[in-house]
Amino acid sequence: MSAPLLRVAGLSKRFGGFTALDDVSVDVAQGERFGLIGPNGSGKTTLINCVSGALRNDGGTILFAGEEISRLPAFVRTRRGIARSFQIPRPFKSMTVLENLLVAIDFGRAGHGLSADATEDEAIGILGTMGLKDKARILSSQLSQVELRKMELARAMAAKPKLLISDEAMAGLSGSEIDEVLDLLIRLNEAGITIIMIEHIMHAVMRFSQRVMCLDAGRIIAQGVPQAVMDDRRVQEAYLGA
Amino acid sequence: MSMRRHGFWIGALCVLALAYGLTLAIRNEYAFFAGFIILQFIVLATAWNILGGYAGYVNFGTSAFFGIGVYTAIFLFKALGAPLLVQMAGAAVMGALLGFVTGLLTLRLHGIFFSIATVAMTIILETLVINWKYVGGATGIQVLRPPVTEPFDSYIKMLFVIGVALVIVAVALSRHVQGSWIGRGLRAIRDDETAAECTGVPTLRLKLLACSISGALMCAAGAPSAMYLQFADTTSAFNLNYSVSALAMSLIGGTSHWAGPVLGAIVLGVTQQALTVTISSELNVLVLGVMLILFVVGAPEGLLGLLRKGWARLARGGGS
Repeated sequence: MSAPLLRVAGLSKRFGGFTALDDVSVDVAQGERFGLIGPNGSGKTTLINCVSGALRNDGGTILFAGEEISRLPAFVRTRRGIARSFQIPRPFKSMTVLENLLVAIDFGRAGHGLSADATEDEAIGILGTMGLKDKARILSSQLSQVELRKMELARAMAAKPKLLISDEAMAGLSGSEIDEVLDLLIRLNEAGITIIMIEHIMHAVMRFSQRVMCLDAGRIIAQGVPQAVMDDRRVQEAYLGA
Repeated sequence: MSMRRHGFWIGALCVLALAYGLTLAIRNEYAFFAGFIILQFIVLATAWNILGGYAGYVNFGTSAFFGIGVYTAIFLFKALGAPLLVQMAGAAVMGALLGFVTGLLTLRLHGIFFSIATVAMTIILETLVINWKYVGGATGIQVLRPPVTEPFDSYIKMLFVIGVALVIVAVALSRHVQGSWIGRGLRAIRDDETAAECTGVPTLRLKLLACSISGALMCAAGAPSAMYLQFADTTSAFNLNYSVSALAMSLIGGTSHWAGPVLGAIVLGVTQQALTVTISSELNVLVLGVMLILFVVGAPEGLLGLLRKGWARLARGGGS
């Protein structure tokens, strides 16, 4: 078996006296659909903040495509191929949807080389696959919740990532909208992108993931195929507090 | 695209030629004396907007940069007898360095805290210069203008043309920043710095770049002041009025486009100069304050926003 795309080993993160992550180790393989679950405050977002570079880990290592990245600034990690969406959408509000993607195309890739017109065509192409083509010219602050979620994914995709981290991209969406976003993520995965999904909506994460990891109070309490993790007694205790 | 770029430079040359023409046509030196102040404010507002407007970091330290520009010029003149253009170049280098340091502040300080730090920086630098005897310290310093260079017949007229040239440089830089990937990155920083960083924008590098360009222009704008007044003291060189004016002119003109600060500086600068002559120089500050409040409340996108709205209404009216 080839080396994993992402290898997190012995990762720890403290905020003052509070230990948010404690000796977390996990491998995510190239092309995998990986689910990350856990109750509120269990450290899911902290973990992906450490991976994407928004936070610096205190201990442990993060290898991406075989290289240590845990001391690199976030923008360099994005250029190496780690893209993310945010739990609460963070659009560039003063820009149109198209311009939001152009930022990612201009800055998020390892090298430049496209002309201005080519990048615009490409951005519109990406918006097309996300079903946002007719919104390209409107301000991102005027989008609906589900459109914002899709734009965040589109913006992440515009950086041509190898790994896409989706942080609760479905929170606050209706049933049919959840299916829409889920289908989108599955299509991206089929196009070869490794995806880590953080989600509270259980049926979505179970349907999506090939492998699931559950965090509780900064530690891994279960890891494996979705059904096995769901059936794990400690996972049920963590969620139900039993 | 290339047509538009040429258009800009042709326009710039015309403006420069016009400025020189005016120095030949108009006898009265006061027009140039007043005009130079307005040009200075156009440069300051344009420079302020590169950081404050595009990147959203409100710099209250324009007067620090201006003052350092003035005193770099004085030092170079007194120590080396450097000619005016060398003084300005030296000031620009100092400004870029000081801008770089200001940029490092953004590592830890955002929003209002950054602004307060820039005020503090002004006070620190002013205090340093007050205690520096070589450049006059607290009592100020007289400078004797060297004879005017050909083809000009008066020093003030020459300063006026140099001021126009500096405006052109400032506007060209601001326009380039706005239209290029730099401007897009800065706008991303203004909207959401964390999201920008995670989208691949090298936020620190871009902020350092914006601060350095902005600082270089501000200091270069300050440099000719010594020769203009033939005197410099810390109270006027580090006057808070420069900080407030640069900010107010940008906001009143509109911060999203390079033309905004230019428009704001012209409208406000001309009003102020007219009031100084006709009524009193104290009224200036009041007018500035009142206009700033009116615009922040009534037209947050500035004069440019108003013009755009008016234009859109006209276009709609014409279409139906």
